[in-house]
Amino acid sequence: MSMETKARRETEPNAAAAHPVEADLSTPPGLFTGFARVVARDLRLALRQRGDAGLVVMFFVLTATLFPFGLGPEPNLLARIAPGVVWVTALLAVLLSLERLFLADYEDGSLELLTLSPIPLSVIVLAKVTAHWLTTGLPLLIAAPVIGIMYAMPGEAYLPLMAAMALGTPTLSLIGAVGAALTLGARRGGVLIPLLVLPLYIPVLIFGISAVDAVLAGVPVQPHLMLLGAMLLAAVPLAPWAAAAALRQAVE
Amino acid sequence: MSSEAATQPSGSRSLHRFANPGRFLRLADAVLPWVAAATILTLGAGIIWALFFTPPDYQQGQTVKIMYVHVPSAWMAMFAYTTVAAASAAALIWRHPVADIAAHAASPIGAGFTFLALATGSLWGKPMWGTWWVWDARLTSVLVLFFLYIGHMAIANAFEDAGRGRRAAAILALVGVINVPIIKFSVDWWHTLHQPASVSQIGAPAIHSSMLWPLLITALGFKLFFVTVLLLRMKSDILAVRIKTLRMMSLGER
Repeated sequence: MSMETKARRETEPNAAAAHPVEADLSTPPGLFTGFARVVARDLRLALRQRGDAGLVVMFFVLTATLFPFGLGPEPNLLARIAPGVVWVTALLAVLLSLERLFLADYEDGSLELLTLSPIPLSVIVLAKVTAHWLTTGLPLLIAAPVIGIMYAMPGEAYLPLMAAMALGTPTLSLIGAVGAALTLGARRGGVLIPLLVLPLYIPVLIFGISAVDAVLAGVPVQPHLMLLGAMLLAAVPLAPWAAAAALRQAVE
Repeated sequence: MSSEAATQPSGSRSLHRFANPGRFLRLADAVLPWVAAATILTLGAGIIWALFFTPPDYQQGQTVKIMYVHVPSAWMAMFAYTTVAAASAAALIWRHPVADIAAHAASPIGAGFTFLALATGSLWGKPMWGTWWVWDARLTSVLVLFFLYIGHMAIANAFEDAGRGRRAAAILALVGVINVPIIKFSVDWWHTLHQPASVSQIGAPAIHSSMLWPLLITALGFKLFFVTVLLLRMKSDILAVRIKTLRMMSLGER
């Protein structure tokens, strides 16, 4: 935490210095500018702290390497469970990163300022979720083929796995934001998030894995991907709205 | 009560009449003995009829009688969650204090019904399907419902400020309500092991009347049981808050 606050202290003045025009408060920024600024701020914070995104990927790869130790190195078995292992470990890695989505902002008071901004809070939440996905979901997406190779996953499974993860991991970040916002300030908040979020993750997990299984079984993959896309499209407007309501309660 | 109600305009204002916990307590006290008596009557009659006077199924034998507990508890599991979600919406939109209490009070009862549905389903599944548990769409989504109830109860009690916990729980309840239609239609959307609904079919139900009537009476008994326990829990909740306030006040006077 001390590392994080230090990085924040270094980041915020720089941000103001780099964009002197932004300090002009007389005209509130437009929706898109505000969105882009929050994304940029969160990305800058993530970059200054380095390692955080790397840790999530390390967790992902390490957890995935545990399964062959537990189940034995039989290639056929590993190839069959590869999509499931990738999805379940990616889900746990996202879960691990959720707690700090709003916590640092909540603790140092910037969350209160964000709720006071003229930009709707749900847009700010969407921006923070976008930054969260860019620093966790995207690295996981890039690391997934590595695990596929280690598990001797059949070649034709890579494309659907990546497509399913590209559609599914943003949904994980979006749903996770609701859980992270709800547990702000709770006792044992970190333990509560999995309890709230995992049940809601199950549909994404089911269709993410069945997309890969469909290709391996030779049936059309499109329906599963379309359902994943539908979940994402439903989550984009609804999840930030619910998370914003929860954040307002947290700072009340 | 009725003469008072007649002078009030209907609609949302009549809803707000019950926002007063004191008025709610008076109403609950008046209704409770009748609901409790009706619960004992219907539940007793339904269970006795179902267990001793219904024919065994030609395929399932006596195990079919698990259905008389399983089906009503599964219905109530969904009904209780819908109640929690509706009460949560009312609590969030109108800041309705009694709705808040209702959502909080209904959640553990619903979790109990969900557990009962899962447990009886498992007991029935062993002789019929040859397994205690299958990863079937309906079983899985009911299990998710059970987790949602647990999460709802956990978050409501996770804050120093009880009001904040309840508001957070209300948002969670509304997010989780997506699962209710998934449970309802899972057996139609996916062809899985669990049989599709046989009571609510359009036209004649696919269940013989000698089994349908005891089932419906037991279901009514379950619903009345839910209402009774809900009213009791809400009453004790309100009284607990009052006792706490009184204790605080007496501490302040000292």
